[in-house]
Amino acid sequence: MSFILILEQVLNGLQFGVMLFLMAAGLTLVFGVMGLINLAHGSLYMVGAFAAAAVAGLTGSFLLALIASLAAAAAAGALVEVTVIRRLYDRDHLDQVLATFALILIFSEGTRWLFGSFPLFLDVPAYLSGPVTLPFGIQYPLYRLAIIAIGLVVGAGLFWLIARTRIGVQIRAGEADREMIAALGVDISKLYTVVFALGAALAGLAGALVGAIQSVQVGMGEPVLILAFVVIVIGGIGSIKGALVGALLVGLTDTLGGVFLPRLFALMLEPADAASLGASLASMLIYILMAAVLLVRPSGLFGGSA
Amino acid sequence: MGRERLFNAAMLLALLAVPLLAWGLQEPFIITLATKVAILALAGVGLNIALGLGGLVSLGHAAFFGIGGYAMGTLASHAQNYEPLFSWPFLFEGSNQMPLIWLTAVLASASGALVIGALSLRTSGVYFIMITLAFCQMLYYFAISWSAYGGEDGLSIWVRNEMPGLNTLDPIQFFAVAFGVLCLALWFSARLARSAFGLALSAARQSEERVETVGLAPFKLRLVAFVISGPITGLAGALFADLNRFVSPTMLSWHTSGEIMIFVILGGVGRLYGPLVGAAVYILLEHLLGGISEYWQIFLGLLLLGMVLFARGGLIGAPVGSGGGA
Repeated sequence: MSFILILEQVLNGLQFGVMLFLMAAGLTLVFGVMGLINLAHGSLYMVGAFAAAAVAGLTGSFLLALIASLAAAAAAGALVEVTVIRRLYDRDHLDQVLATFALILIFSEGTRWLFGSFPLFLDVPAYLSGPVTLPFGIQYPLYRLAIIAIGLVVGAGLFWLIARTRIGVQIRAGEADREMIAALGVDISKLYTVVFALGAALAGLAGALVGAIQSVQVGMGEPVLILAFVVIVIGGIGSIKGALVGALLVGLTDTLGGVFLPRLFALMLEPADAASLGASLASMLIYILMAAVLLVRPSGLFGGSA
Repeated sequence: MGRERLFNAAMLLALLAVPLLAWGLQEPFIITLATKVAILALAGVGLNIALGLGGLVSLGHAAFFGIGGYAMGTLASHAQNYEPLFSWPFLFEGSNQMPLIWLTAVLASASGALVIGALSLRTSGVYFIMITLAFCQMLYYFAISWSAYGGEDGLSIWVRNEMPGLNTLDPIQFFAVAFGVLCLALWFSARLARSAFGLALSAARQSEERVETVGLAPFKLRLVAFVISGPITGLAGALFADLNRFVSPTMLSWHTSGEIMIFVILGGVGRLYGPLVGAAVYILLEHLLGGISEYWQIFLGLLLLGMVLFARGGLIGAPVGSGGGA
């Protein structure tokens, strides 16, 4: 186990964490501002990936594909908000869970109907493919580095948007007291649509970026959705900062655990047993992390009251 | 509640009459469908104790469904290979006897419910939903990576397990087993809802502070409800695995959690026979729409969406009027 391997895996974990952050940011924003639990967030991730794959197939341009993913997911998000989600803000969480679960069924089967059951592929563009040499002589895929960079830039942009712009002020005010800002003349329902579409666009971007590493297929959003839930439970629901910290924690724990736990067990057990026990335990590691965080802080690291 | 009671009796009779009729007409497939309805309704009855009575929105009941399924798979596969599960500290052999399998399924899922409940009930609201979901997903990934019992491919059992005095390979006799268990569970949950414990639990759902003020601990009430709820769903899991003679990680997936919740909601939350109506409608839709279109779940999604947005009382609400509750 060399130093270079560790660094490589840390970078992988960072890349995974940054992707999770793009997913979790939208979820936590929507919950923080509108009080809505949205299971269909993973479907927006899928919409982004499919839009990117379709546009890349037509035009061959990766940049256009990314723009398409943002636009398609934002449009799908806005459409769903206006037709369905809007009616759910005053309902209890059970209704929200059911209605958004129904949306998943509609999105998944609708996508299967449009694109078929076979996975699509989205190629990494030539200018982002191949390895780069980092300090200490590490060879690392350029595309993954680009994902980390894009994720960090988008994350910084989001913090700037929330902290410094007029719409950010309105979002934060909406979190604190929705009646009051409505009384001050902010069109609250338009604000909600914008926030929902923003979260959707981030999920769609994440879907497109990951779609170039993995295959683009129906149901791809659901494992990520549940990880994003773990992230915001750890970080504290409603907190963007919590989502960032939680995402990096989960990304690093999952990646490093998957690589190093089997090796750790190999020091003590037979190779076959070590591999299977290590893999089983590694797959549970982030949930154990979540349970541990909840034991100490039931409302997450940066959460207020639930 | 007179009309609801009449409606419930009619539903139960229908569930009994359809397979008997199919038996007379020699349509074993319909008997299997009815058995599936009975078993899935049982899973819903389990969830309904947590959800309807306790107000605990658990999106992780597939965990117990799957634990029950794997209890059956593990015991039966060891029995068919003539290997003991373990021989230390005591000899524990596999089994193909349903009563023993059920006992194992119930104990295993009760322990699971105790651990998951004790951790998840520290939180409430959205956190509770997400955490139950996450624990369920944890078991799902564990089952996938646990290669000794089939991993991702699942585990097949060659012959259905045995029930003393019955031939479970005969569809109508296996239906009778599932139907009997369902009736017992319905009777039990009706008693539970009317018991002192059930009333206290219901009160904790409606007003936590008042319950605390009279000296009851909501956390304990909810934990007990969760530990009662889980094993009923677990027992359904064991039966479901026996029906298919197959258990796989799919039983633990969060889609299964969602489906069990749909059974409860389609029928009407907190209504005793809600899960039965919900499961029956779900299986009927799957069978009828599935024949028309490969994409039948779009229609299921639309129906569910319409239900949540416009018909809050569930399907039972339409014929017997609203009200209801536990």
